[in-house]
Amino acid sequence: MLYAILCYNSEEAIGAWSRDHHDETMARLYAVNDKLARQGRLGPVARLLPTTAATTLRKGREEMVIDGPFAETKEQLLGFYVIDCASLEEALDTAKELAKANPGTGSYEIRPVAEFHPSQLPESTPAS
Amino acid sequence: MNDLGWIDPILGAARPRVMGALLRYFRTLDTAEEAFQEACLRALKSWPQNGPPRDAAAWLILVGRNAAMDQVRRQAKQTELPDEAVLSDLDDAEASLADRLDGEHYKDDILRLLFICCHPELPATQQIALALRIVCGLSVKQIAQAFLVGEAAMEQRITRAKARIGNAGVAFETPGAPERAERLAAVAAMIYLLFNEGYSSSSSREAEARKPLAEEAIWLGRLLLRLFPAEPEIMGLTALMLLQRARAKARFDGDGNVVLLEDQDRSLWSRPRIAEGLALIDKSMRHRRPGPYQIQAAIAALHARAQRAEDTDWAQIDLLYANLERLQPSPVVTLNRAVAVSKVKGPQAALEMLEPLGERLKGYFYFHGVKGALLEQLERPLEAREAFGRAIALATSPAEAAHIRQHLDRLSC
Repeated sequence: MLYAILCYNSEEAIGAWSRDHHDETMARLYAVNDKLARQGRLGPVARLLPTTAATTLRKGREEMVIDGPFAETKEQLLGFYVIDCASLEEALDTAKELAKANPGTGSYEIRPVAEFHPSQLPESTPAS
Repeated sequence: MNDLGWIDPILGAARPRVMGALLRYFRTLDTAEEAFQEACLRALKSWPQNGPPRDAAAWLILVGRNAAMDQVRRQAKQTELPDEAVLSDLDDAEASLADRLDGEHYKDDILRLLFICCHPELPATQQIALALRIVCGLSVKQIAQAFLVGEAAMEQRITRAKARIGNAGVAFETPGAPERAERLAAVAAMIYLLFNEGYSSSSSREAEARKPLAEEAIWLGRLLLRLFPAEPEIMGLTALMLLQRARAKARFDGDGNVVLLEDQDRSLWSRPRIAEGLALIDKSMRHRRPGPYQIQAAIAALHARAQRAEDTDWAQIDLLYANLERLQPSPVVTLNRAVAVSKVKGPQAALEMLEPLGERLKGYFYFHGVKGALLEQLERPLEAREAFGRAIALATSPAEAAHIRQHLDRLSC
């Protein structure tokens, strides 16, 4: 069974970390990553840029592009894509394509990725 | 982690919102600051035992407000004539606390907190120092170090600034849309000033001391963006700062001397900062409401996108400077444009652009530096030497002078 672990925290508080605190914390996290990778249990890992860099595509009869992150509390995170785009416009076009394939309610938050480590899972790992 | 290191970032992050709310209740910076200090002390006692509250800012506002009101009441008992204005404000504050904590108030609270630091009567350095103390929560010592002045002098500067705005009177009602836009523009200008104060260093040692200023400016830019996520100029401002700051490590060589943009080792540029800056420009452009910060950020983005100096899209940079000249005419912008023009159309065209600027920029180091370099390219060594000579006389740091001397050495070969 594959599990996703989603990381939440106050980005304002993270932004106030000192360089040393940041580096020490990242070193500890990378040590965990390395262990998981050696065990063949580590899928892709990404660190996202702050929500200030986010744009949200709101589905509905008329699609709406909103500056900023997804802010609804009545909807839940159901999944995510990682796509390669030349620009925000291209990312928005892709989100619109997804919205067309899955119309109705909901949103796609488009958030640039700051750091990406591709999957280190063995190829035979089943998705479920 | 058993130390209290985890609490500080939470307090720091909550500070603008808490100080903004406390300032609205108490109307004076000193009382708001004391209330905030008291709330922080109580947090340091309570949070390690009980864990942090879900909404740290709301907790600090309530605790700080109550602590300060106790203090005001105690003083009122000791004083013969209680200050009625303060007391009635407090009653009013208590009555509507619940709905004030909700809603959009906190955005205007934080904006007001930043805006009072930008009071036009305050000289720029005082505006910045005050914002660092009040909004960012840097200690007087930290601020003094970053400004390269003594602690006592900085303490005095901040006290004076507070006294000035204390007498100036700031509107506490929720601002209307035009007023809010005005405040936002003033605050953006102050933040960019703060950034430049931290960025315009001429040696690596100075840059190291001033680094916190640039970092705080970026922090404030992100803060504003979270409050006003659909303002393209705030996106532009934050992008501009991120893209410039991305080059920090490449700006000085091993001896601490300035390295010009075209000579910088681009592998030292910070990729995450560039990525964030580019993402913000992409966002801002969708609004099709260009402004000076967005244009300057777009120029910085073209530099950031170039893998090597020779890959720089100078034609596009020339166009962007032309737009900036229209929006914000200034001889310095024209000077910058001339550099782009020299790359696109050659040094002669650029030199012609400089001619009309001579009178206004005659005391400006970069003007003579650029002019000298153009004359050097045009193989007019005597005039080039003269221009470089003027530049050296105007240099404000050994690094600037050393750079010009390299040109002069080349001319003598």
